[in-house]
Amino acid sequence: MAVGTTERGALTHPDVHRLDDVNRDVLKMLTVPGKGWWALFGMCVAGVGLFLTAWFWQIYKGIGVSGLMSPVGWGVYITTFVFWVGIAHSGTLISAILFLFRAPWRQSIYRAAEAMTVFAVMTAGLFPLIHVGRVWHAYWLIPYPNSRFLWPNFKSPLVWDVFAVTTYFTVSAVFFYLGTIPDVAAARDRATGLRRKLYSVIALGWQGTDRQWHHFGKAYIFLAALATPLVLSVHSVVSWDFAMSIVPGWHATIFAPYFVAGAIFSGVAMVITLTVPLRKVFGLEAYLTVKHFDAMAKLCLFTSLIVFYAYLSEFFLAWYSGEDPERHAFWNRLFGTYWWATWTMLVCNGFVPVMLWFKRIRHSIPALFVISIFVNIGMWFERYVIVVTSLHNEYEPFAWGIYRPSIVEMSIMVGSFFWFGFWFLLFTRLLPPIAIQELKEVLPPPMRKKKSPEAAEAH
Amino acid sequence: MSAQGILASYEYLDSTVDAIENLKKAGFDEIKAYAPYPEHHIEHALGYGQSPVRVWTLVGALTGTSTAFAFTSWTSVEWPLVVGGKPIISIPAFIPIVFEMSVLFGALATVIGLFVLSKLPNVKPAVVYDPEFTAGRYGVYVEADASRLEEARKIMNAEEPIELREGAADA
Repeated sequence: MAVGTTERGALTHPDVHRLDDVNRDVLKMLTVPGKGWWALFGMCVAGVGLFLTAWFWQIYKGIGVSGLMSPVGWGVYITTFVFWVGIAHSGTLISAILFLFRAPWRQSIYRAAEAMTVFAVMTAGLFPLIHVGRVWHAYWLIPYPNSRFLWPNFKSPLVWDVFAVTTYFTVSAVFFYLGTIPDVAAARDRATGLRRKLYSVIALGWQGTDRQWHHFGKAYIFLAALATPLVLSVHSVVSWDFAMSIVPGWHATIFAPYFVAGAIFSGVAMVITLTVPLRKVFGLEAYLTVKHFDAMAKLCLFTSLIVFYAYLSEFFLAWYSGEDPERHAFWNRLFGTYWWATWTMLVCNGFVPVMLWFKRIRHSIPALFVISIFVNIGMWFERYVIVVTSLHNEYEPFAWGIYRPSIVEMSIMVGSFFWFGFWFLLFTRLLPPIAIQELKEVLPPPMRKKKSPEAAEAH
Repeated sequence: MSAQGILASYEYLDSTVDAIENLKKAGFDEIKAYAPYPEHHIEHALGYGQSPVRVWTLVGALTGTSTAFAFTSWTSVEWPLVVGGKPIISIPAFIPIVFEMSVLFGALATVIGLFVLSKLPNVKPAVVYDPEFTAGRYGVYVEADASRLEEARKIMNAEEPIELREGAADA
């Protein structure tokens, strides 16, 4: 038989030697959490409280407690919706697209990134419900046979979005769950008491037999192949919520690729923001090496370039079009009421990532952490700029207006980060946050004979 | 004669693969292997072909495509929205929905197919199973008539297992 040690990317994790080392290092995270975790968790619970209080207040008083008013009917809620959908995208990129491309650095981060996807879509999905105001009518979004046989308008991008986001949530949740089954089985075999019972249920009796692995591997590839076009379609559909209308600043054909690149850009930044503390707290330096962060930083830099190019081409085309409303929309972005939002976006997304050209910065974890925070902020403002500055000055000057987010909107926006953090913190303690079985695949397999000559020709 | 089984736990991949190959050569065909991760050398030794999961994916996705297309067209005819001189059944506008439903149905069918084919959830408790299989050990389980059990044990022992146990891997 031939099992070459060279065919595996063993160098990705030079400090991990044995297969069961992975179990030891990853499963030790699933113990009773310490004070730091409880402090963070408490903070998140308080933040979720703020989120729910603000939302209930809005339900009780009506949508008037938000700053939404003609002409700006889409504000912080839609901005934050697009932000969270965008965050979700890099998780699928890392788990599905890089899986198909066999990128050797994805194994350590993909579980955390995938969890991020599921929780981010979950968070994003709340915002249209918050935004519509009368949330108890939200089921009207779903085409169901009602008494008047009234159906949704399937030609509307908003209905496409309902389908895109619900499909995305379902598929990414299923993909995430499937990937965890063998790892939860590993946790089950080490756990005792209540945890063992819980993991036994989640693992569905997985034993790692040849038959299970055979079908699992194929199913995983097909799910990845389905998730890849899905992730590209979801943010394209989100972008069409804007681009299909004739609002100056929205009605552009570049919107789909521009949004997808921006989504991956913000998502990779969020993965960095989340994995830096994870690595520090759990001592995962052997698994999340500088090489992994270097690769993520390069991806961040690459998508930053695409996004910045999209900004420039938008400005150029607004000028080149010769259309007054279009020219005004972009002049207004740079020098109008919301100039601060536009410049925050340009600096955070265009100029700050330029630092990633330098290897020294890509290899410095604190620097990457700080840059990733800048990118997160910048990408939120990008969506704010697109949504608000375009709407507040449309075609007719008499219909122009100013939008000021209310305290309720800002509380819900800030609260959504805690809501996300709440789920992510639970995840780090309940499910293996690093993919155990995928890491083992890239480790050199244990061999009794080093390499026999007959082995080389056997296959 | 009743069938009985032996389970061997191995530390090394090459011993596992050799054990499987030698068992197959000796004419045993009720072989089951355990591994902590998908190991294509083991699959190769057991002679696996294409997994039929792909049929599930294809059928699921095509069902999604046709369902979504039929549904959007039917509801549009049922409740016509005549706007902007556009056709009632506007195929390009339905493509995003058709695409999303293809992916959704395809993905769910893939998972259902996986569960059916690999017999998950597996609620019957294993009689012999080594919890180290999810950590770092490989396993080979062979089922044979009692008369041939000794021969299987010999082959499995030749590859220096960590331990050998008798029993049925699942009921």
